[in-house]
Amino acid sequence: MNDLHKLTISHAHQLLKEKKISAVELTRASLAHLAKVEDKVQACVTTSEDVALKQAKEADKVISSGKIMPLTGIPALIKDVMCTKGIKTTCSSKILENFVPPYDATVIEKLKASNAVILGKTNMDEFAMGSSTENSAFFPTRNPWDLDRVPGGSSGGSAVAVSADEAIYALGSDTGGSIRQPAGFCSVVGLKPTYGRVSRFGLVAFASSLDQIGPITKNVADCALVLNTIAGHDPRDSTSAPNPVPDYTKSLTADIKNLRIGIPKEYFVEGMQQEVRAGIEAAIQKLQELGAKVDWNVSLPLTKYALAVYYIIAPSEASANLARYDGVKYGFSYQDTNNMWEAMEKTKQFGFGAEVKRRIMLGTYALSAGYYDAYYLKAQKVRTLIIREFKTAFEKYDALVTPTSPTVPFKLGEKVDDPIQMYLSDVCTLPINIAGLPAISIPAGFADGLPIGMQIIGKPFDEETILHIAFAYEQATDWHKRKPPI
Amino acid sequence: MKLNRKEVQHIALLARLGLSEDEIEKFRIQLSDILENFEILKQLDTTDIPPTSQSIALQNILRPDEAKASCPVEDILANAPQREGDSFKVRAVLE
Repeated sequence: MNDLHKLTISHAHQLLKEKKISAVELTRASLAHLAKVEDKVQACVTTSEDVALKQAKEADKVISSGKIMPLTGIPALIKDVMCTKGIKTTCSSKILENFVPPYDATVIEKLKASNAVILGKTNMDEFAMGSSTENSAFFPTRNPWDLDRVPGGSSGGSAVAVSADEAIYALGSDTGGSIRQPAGFCSVVGLKPTYGRVSRFGLVAFASSLDQIGPITKNVADCALVLNTIAGHDPRDSTSAPNPVPDYTKSLTADIKNLRIGIPKEYFVEGMQQEVRAGIEAAIQKLQELGAKVDWNVSLPLTKYALAVYYIIAPSEASANLARYDGVKYGFSYQDTNNMWEAMEKTKQFGFGAEVKRRIMLGTYALSAGYYDAYYLKAQKVRTLIIREFKTAFEKYDALVTPTSPTVPFKLGEKVDDPIQMYLSDVCTLPINIAGLPAISIPAGFADGLPIGMQIIGKPFDEETILHIAFAYEQATDWHKRKPPI
Repeated sequence: MKLNRKEVQHIALLARLGLSEDEIEKFRIQLSDILENFEILKQLDTTDIPPTSQSIALQNILRPDEAKASCPVEDILANAPQREGDSFKVRAVLE
């Protein structure tokens, strides 16, 4: 069978189960295709062929014994922010360039418990800070739909890997849009689960009250399958929720009659590209045709405060989290001095890139004596107001629908010197992390051959409804079947 | 909010982050611009609003105190920039 790398999880699972293909064949096909396109897209920081083939052989044994699970034997790529025992985990940072974790993140343990195959680790904005993957300390990743354009970020490598068929699916992490925005830019499905739905143990911390791991997949059914595997309570993450995990595949039905969908007008922001607006409006019309009750006139007036709230809270938490990179326990360490403070300062100076430094500075300032109340505390209070505003909206609607990003993918280099313009790229996704809600980005069309993503936002722990709507839309369209021209 | 060089250097010292002369100047301008954007929050009256530190209201999460095997010392020290025996080697903290 040709083109095994193009398979979805559900299709590959079927073929593995019926023993029409083996996990080793599938893994070899993915690795071969990866080797072919990787020069063009540069999605991976590390590939672990030997480990992958060993895992695939193991998976074939499990399948022979009749104990196949939905992800058994299926090759995945992992954003390089999740700890993988024995495989380098760099966060695309010089400071962790040679760091080999002594343990697995909980999500990796869960994948291994299903005998999944891990092909390697994907490129990202350093420490997940950025919206274009250009902040990687190693190299930028390129958008397979146009190699001169960014794939979005920070999970750009993972989104590209799935879009370019380097892996059957990938894991990303999302602090302000880092799964959804690149998924939108690469025309794949990306889900940020509710805060607390997936364990953060072993996820290198950026902003602990906002970070969440989620799937990046070729279609909505695959997204549900991956979420089934990675979701759930973990005693090692005290913010992981004890709520039971439903079978998310059960919510995948095409009938969305009478579901109430709200369209918050503030997400159709000034400066939004006309083609994106038109594409999303057409997609919403499609939802209406499918029977959803759409209210086009919802207002969430606090939306305009979300950017400021996010860029106070996230850097504040980051400045505390990144204080651990002191060059003593692991990671890059400046050695050319006997002075402890100088060693620490130079370790960070030479170990961190510009955006990470910028956010450490911003967060340190917002938390410093005399400014804490005016910035950090104020932002936390506005956060409460934003959460309340969403809660009120969800009394009337089952889901909210917006664009994932106000633009199509931009050119490499276009925004690197303008942090505020770069931050605005996540203006539609940041509020969702502030409120801890689940949201999914799905392919919703193209403008001049460049992808447009639609974001569907749900109530806390109601991933089922957004998967349901996403599935219904996907059944009625074929955007997700289009492949990039590489 | 316009920052001056001294303030930028003070923040860097608090963060124990070394900065080059160019970075000090670049961050002075960029951070001033970003802080300017935060002024928008002053429009909102938040007098009686409680702060939110994370979005799911879990508090005082405990688990049974069970002894379990920890990471082997050798695995942890494998990443140490400098070690001495089974310890991390650090520079003198007190001169």
